Amino acid sequence: MSTVAPVVQPATTPAPNGGDFEFVKSWKVTIALTIFTVLGFILLVAFGRDGVSTMRLSTSRDLIQLPDLELPTRVTGIVISVLLLLITGVSAWLVRAKTKAPIWLIAVYAVLLLVGFLAWAAADKSIPVPGLLFGSLSLAVPLIFGALGGVISERAGVVNIAIEGQLLAGAFTSALVASLTNQPLLGLVAAMLAGTLVSMVLASFSIKYFVDQVIVGVVLNVLVIGMTGFLYSQVMAPNAVLLNQPPRFERINIPLLSEIPIIGPVFFRQTLIVYIMYVAVAVVYYGIFHTKWGLRLRSVGEHPQAADTVGINVAATRFWNVSIAGAVVGLGGAYFTLGSVGAFGKEMTAGAGFIALAAVIFGRWDPIRATLAALLFGFASNLQNVLSIIGSPVPSEFMLMLPYLVTIFAVAGLVGQSRGPAASGKPYIKS
Amino acid sequence: MSTTQGQAPQPGTETSPAGEPTRWHRMFREITTGSAIISVLAVVLALVVGAVMIAFTNKDVQASAGYFFSRPGDTLVEIWNSVAGAYSALFQGSIYNFRRPSFADGIKPLTQTLTFATPLIMAGLGVALGFRAGMFNIGGRGQMLIAAALGGWVGFAVDLPYGLHMVVALVVGILGGALWGGIVGLLKARTGAHEVITTIMLNYVAFYLISYLLRDGFLKTPGSNNPKSPATKVTAVFPDLLGPSYTLHFGFILAIAATIFTWWLLSRSNLGFQFRAVGFNPNAARVAGISVQRMYVYAMMLSGGLVGLAGINQVLGTSTSGFGAGLDSSIGFDAITVALLGRSKPWGVFWAGILFGAFKAGGFSMQAAEGVPIDIVLVVQSLIVLFIAAPPLVRAIFRLPVPGAARRTTQPNVSQEVAAK
Repeated sequence: MSTVAPVVQPATTPAPNGGDFEFVKSWKVTIALTIFTVLGFILLVAFGRDGVSTMRLSTSRDLIQLPDLELPTRVTGIVISVLLLLITGVSAWLVRAKTKAPIWLIAVYAVLLLVGFLAWAAADKSIPVPGLLFGSLSLAVPLIFGALGGVISERAGVVNIAIEGQLLAGAFTSALVASLTNQPLLGLVAAMLAGTLVSMVLASFSIKYFVDQVIVGVVLNVLVIGMTGFLYSQVMAPNAVLLNQPPRFERINIPLLSEIPIIGPVFFRQTLIVYIMYVAVAVVYYGIFHTKWGLRLRSVGEHPQAADTVGINVAATRFWNVSIAGAVVGLGGAYFTLGSVGAFGKEMTAGAGFIALAAVIFGRWDPIRATLAALLFGFASNLQNVLSIIGSPVPSEFMLMLPYLVTIFAVAGLVGQSRGPAASGKPYIKS
Repeated sequence: MSTTQGQAPQPGTETSPAGEPTRWHRMFREITTGSAIISVLAVVLALVVGAVMIAFTNKDVQASAGYFFSRPGDTLVEIWNSVAGAYSALFQGSIYNFRRPSFADGIKPLTQTLTFATPLIMAGLGVALGFRAGMFNIGGRGQMLIAAALGGWVGFAVDLPYGLHMVVALVVGILGGALWGGIVGLLKARTGAHEVITTIMLNYVAFYLISYLLRDGFLKTPGSNNPKSPATKVTAVFPDLLGPSYTLHFGFILAIAATIFTWWLLSRSNLGFQFRAVGFNPNAARVAGISVQRMYVYAMMLSGGLVGLAGINQVLGTSTSGFGAGLDSSIGFDAITVALLGRSKPWGVFWAGILFGAFKAGGFSMQAAEGVPIDIVLVVQSLIVLFIAAPPLVRAIFRLPVPGAARRTTQPNVSQEVAAK
């Protein structure tokens, strides 16, 4: 290819060990767990703190009031350290016995570690658990939309690095249109159109002109940052009252469901965009794995030549699916202006698109797993917000750093070699 | 179809029975189909789009467009004024300022351009090296910060004689960047962790680590609440190249040296050959006996080292009065665009870096002189890369002939069946 610099092709390398059929003893999980157990032990026991940690489980507006959970900090720390040690031991034993540690065991481990850490950080203070989770979901919404768009696009064989640009375009357009029309719903539609437009540029350059997809993605991000920044300074900021005061979506309480303790306030007292997100996750998952559309989508991403042979129009399938992906990401952009912040600001997405990209890879190109990864990122960033409010004994910079460190460990220790759709990033040239 | 691909010689183009094309005709075709003309036209197109944006958002243009149908001339004049004003400010801020009396003063913007270009070239080379080995290094920010922190610490806290001090700080900084990049390579080699995730995450880790160190660690200025490091000692500062009245410093020489080094590494050395082999096809490279894992680590270390050079360049050359956590000022990300524009070739990156440096220098003076937000520079830059990457689009817009296309279709295409097997 003459126009293309040799660039990343995610995961074309097979696993170094190669053997798919015989079980390969992998100590990676155990090593990761051991490191975390040692760290947990140091923090919870060696630097254990005295006092009582209070977990507030209900908000004042709840119908069913749960009593606060009061944990004696030091004892909790010791108990949890012992449990962590046990799980690590079990996983080591499982690897010796040539089976894998089940995923739920790792999930239990993660929850325990988290509870232990929260209890440690909140000695003699109280943590509002619903507030913590609510904030996590709010921060995760744009990431989830971004990750869903990324999954669709990459499954169709086009690497979507332009998620950041699509989010930003969505945020800008939705703020502009919603302010002009005073209709948040129209803003939402405009955001989808803006995301689609960015996607169409990505799609036409990578599918029609065979430009390297990573190049187009990176460049589109810069282009959208430049355009929105320019229009913001030139047009929007001088007329902020007219052009940058979008009405925000009201919160809708779903009857009954919103009264379930803990879960209700977190999931069912949200704005319309969040409910759309639930539907989007379900639809994308079902669509990709259980419909004709999804089969075609995956086939052009995995083996375009085979898809072409059975009569699927590869270029058109890719083009329209990448456009749909842009519309989905655009919704996430609208959440910035119509859901959370309220007005557009320069570069307000602040790298969320790249975190969403990380969630796509972390979630192994699977909509549900990518959503979970995005939730994890949202939780991690909100955790430090909450802890900085109650005041934690560690310097705030290290708290801020924590989610990213955990991600590195998780990606290195638990996910490991991630393999994307086989033809993702490669243009299909019909011969 | 048919354009970027299919460079295979097509039958009938050279030995057309319709007779030899004249020499002028051939020359004309070479000029209009070459890649140089595409680059020039891409820049022109991008500037046109930028001009449209400037004109549309200009207040005077909007005001005069209100009575466009009664006096259209006013609108055209205002459009010309806004666009010409912006672009001449861009030129005078980046290349030569005609308003200054002497040549020595007028050329100052060009030296400013080279100063801005220096870190872009260095970091761009690092990203390009990663690309050639098949890896996407988005971690420029983190690598620059770590390099600046470690090298900068040597620069302000250690006492060494002039010259030696600079070299030590430089080496420590490069090692810092190499370390931060090497972590990524090591994680990829040992565990298969995708470098896109780990570089993004390490950017944040480095940023918060440096923020902490500046606030409460060994980078803190004693007796100051400002999260900023002390000034670099005079013994470690890069010497000026053209005297104290110009900003151009020794870093530019280092950028040239880094370009030559990277060129030598990639096209003349054994290691570079292995990098490129891994970048083209890791499976084939493994079969050929290259340790792909080891190449990932080495490539990321070298890539991080080059990006680190950009970081230390900022501390020892450009802003020697101390640095904050925002020292990278998006150079790490700009470097990706520079590497892409330079098509990951060392000299390509060099010239792309100078072009972007010119835009940066000119953009600031354009914002100051004409009130056009500097973001327009981002738009123009990204459009240039986009257009250069898609020659068929540029050809279609300017209706240029396609290279290698048959001029006359008198010959029946007999090779179709043969080529299709």
